Amino acid sequence: MGSLEGLWNEFSTWLPHVQLAHFLVVSAVLFALGIFAIATRRNAIMVLMGVELVLNAANVNFIAFARYNAANFDGQVAAIFVIILAAAEAAIALAIVLNIYHRFQTVNIDEVSSLKE
Amino acid sequence: MTPDTLLALAVAILLLPLVAFTITIFFGKRLPRQGDWVSTGIITIALGLSLAVMIQKLTGFADETLSFRFTWIDFHNVPGIGPLPILLGIAIDNLSAVMLVVVTLISTLVHYFSVGYMKGDVRYSRYFAFLGFFSFSMLLIVLADNLFMLYVGWELVGISSYLLIGHWYEKKSASDAAIKAFIVNRVGDLGFFIGIAILFMTFHTFGLREIFDGINSGNLPFGSEWWLTAAGVLLFCGAVGKSAQFPLHVWLPDAMEGPTPVSALIHAATMVAAGVYLVARLFPLMTADALLVVAYIGAITAFISATIAIAQNDIKKVLAYSTISQLGYMIMGLGVGAYGAGFFHLVTHASFKAGLFLGSGSVIHAMHHALHHANDHHTDPQDIRNMGGLRGKMPITFWTFVMYTLAISGIPLTSGFLSKDEILAGTLAFGGLTGHVLIPITGFLVAGLTAFYMFRLLILTFLGDHKEAGRIDQIHESPKVMTVPLIILAVLSFFAFYSYNPFGAASGWVMQAVERPAAVVPAHMAAPTASVFEEALHHAHGNAMLISLAMAGLGILAAFATYYWKKISADAVAGALAPVHRFLINKWYFDELYGAVVVDGTHAVTRLMRWFDNTIIDGAVNGAGWVTKGTSFVSGKFDTYVVDGLVNFTAYASGFFGLLLRKFQTGKVQTYVIFAVLSVMVFYFVFRLV
Repeated sequence: MGSLEGLWNEFSTWLPHVQLAHFLVVSAVLFALGIFAIATRRNAIMVLMGVELVLNAANVNFIAFARYNAANFDGQVAAIFVIILAAAEAAIALAIVLNIYHRFQTVNIDEVSSLKE
Repeated sequence: MTPDTLLALAVAILLLPLVAFTITIFFGKRLPRQGDWVSTGIITIALGLSLAVMIQKLTGFADETLSFRFTWIDFHNVPGIGPLPILLGIAIDNLSAVMLVVVTLISTLVHYFSVGYMKGDVRYSRYFAFLGFFSFSMLLIVLADNLFMLYVGWELVGISSYLLIGHWYEKKSASDAAIKAFIVNRVGDLGFFIGIAILFMTFHTFGLREIFDGINSGNLPFGSEWWLTAAGVLLFCGAVGKSAQFPLHVWLPDAMEGPTPVSALIHAATMVAAGVYLVARLFPLMTADALLVVAYIGAITAFISATIAIAQNDIKKVLAYSTISQLGYMIMGLGVGAYGAGFFHLVTHASFKAGLFLGSGSVIHAMHHALHHANDHHTDPQDIRNMGGLRGKMPITFWTFVMYTLAISGIPLTSGFLSKDEILAGTLAFGGLTGHVLIPITGFLVAGLTAFYMFRLLILTFLGDHKEAGRIDQIHESPKVMTVPLIILAVLSFFAFYSYNPFGAASGWVMQAVERPAAVVPAHMAAPTASVFEEALHHAHGNAMLISLAMAGLGILAAFATYYWKKISADAVAGALAPVHRFLINKWYFDELYGAVVVDGTHAVTRLMRWFDNTIIDGAVNGAGWVTKGTSFVSGKFDTYVVDGLVNFTAYASGFFGLLLRKFQTGKVQTYVIFAVLSVMVFYFVFRLV
């Protein structure tokens, strides 16, 4: 535990040096990865996962701004709402994907284009 | 007879020829003999009535003027003038009573003569209709008591003269002459019209009596003595045109293109005398200055036309210039104040000049017939050089012609002697009173010239040998319907009808009836009064008679010496005086002068107008058209390239962008996401949101 304690100590000395910018960088990376997934994945499941990433990037921002700039819990509340929304969205989206799969025998979104015609 | 009956008769005399005109113009062709008996009968009735009216007037009402008038138009109250009724009516005084008989008498004789002369003419009934129309118009002038009706009659005689001169309108010269007569008269009528307008603007009436009364009470036109003289001269302009006075005399010789009886009636006896009658009518308002103008115009006319008559060879042209000359005498007589003498000459001249024309008509008729028989269509039947020796073949025409010639030359025992002598005495008296000696000198000179050219005409036509011996056998005396009027007119050329004293007409009934009216103009502007003038006239009378007889005798002697005894060669004289002769043959170059000044001037003006029209007006119109065309061309191009181009460009741009943007509409959500992200990034950098 000594090493763990040492690690914590090291962390607790380092932690005050973590600034808002670090969170924003993490959030931006998350957001970019999410967008990348949405834009490039062919699999509908992967796209949904990208969406989750984007949502969580937003959550990180909420929490970060709330932690560093605000005197209340508005940011945390918003993050909770986002998590709930994300859960609901995931449920519906997965149901749609299931239906698509039923209908087209695939979850490749490039091939699911009958609305276009 | 009461005055009312006389006036009713006068109205009947006035309207009878109009009735004859209406009947013959509409039904003439369907009536037996083409209706000549209607016209002739009606004018004869008018003559009878006129004689009755004249005799009744001169015996029963010699000192009064009978008049009848009615309101033609009542303008009621005119602002600035007050009540303005226009009164028209007729008046019979001694002057118009005598004139009535002169007009109807000559007209009747001409009607009878025409029955023979115009026999077989293509427009026989029309000819008689217009004779009736002319008589009506002339009687309207005679009877009018106001300037308005006078002017209407004045224009109506103008139009009937035009119609009758142009009776043979197929002939170019005849229709030209008709137009010339009409237009030249118009020039004089313009002055007449302005004169009437001046008087009307001042006195607000056309009535002659009212105008005279107005002037008498000191109310001058526009309040100026100058305007009074101007009005007199302007009114005289009408007489200058109608009576063919210098400088408007050029139409009368050309008017001889009409049928000869027409020349006798209109262009010798009556219509051309209308000018003289007008001056007599307006005599009271003429100032001394205006009368001097009248006298000089008359003298100049008498002289110019007498000289021209000497050199003419056409029988009717000689008579035409003689007419102008005699009209000049009358005008001159009135101008110098010999009022009765001037009018008396009108009366006597009417009969002997109508006779001369009808006599020449008889000669032309016979010549025409003979030439036609010889199948000769080149010889002019009116040229006196082709005549001669007609005395034996046409005795009645010859002897009557002698009578007329004696009368016009002023030989004692004729009517012409009486009247001409009175005029010459008047001019002599005038010359003595005012110092204008040129007028009597001209008068006596013209008396000699008249005798010369009339006897020249008589000798060349009737005496000597006929030009072509073979033709004389075919010449016959005219029928009775033509010779009887000649005889009547010859008888009327005797002195006894006018005065019992063969050497003085002053006691004759015409001179007694027609007294010089007192002037109404202010005393210091008036000509010498009648009594002063009579006194001078009395002294001048004997001298005037002697001089005029001597001049006439000289003229006759010269004519016989030249053309009968051939002591003097006419050709040699003409050769010696070649420039003068040419000048006279060409009628003093009046036609050429007017042709150069008036006709060519008018042409030049019209050419200028045409140029103006062609260049400026058409240029403006064409320019406007050209500008419109150019503008529309530009606007068309603007439409095609700019407006359409804009529209097309809009469509093209829409299409282009449509094609371009279509690429982005892939239907793939992932692409949209990429675009959305990229867009946000672009917006970020563009707007620097943070």
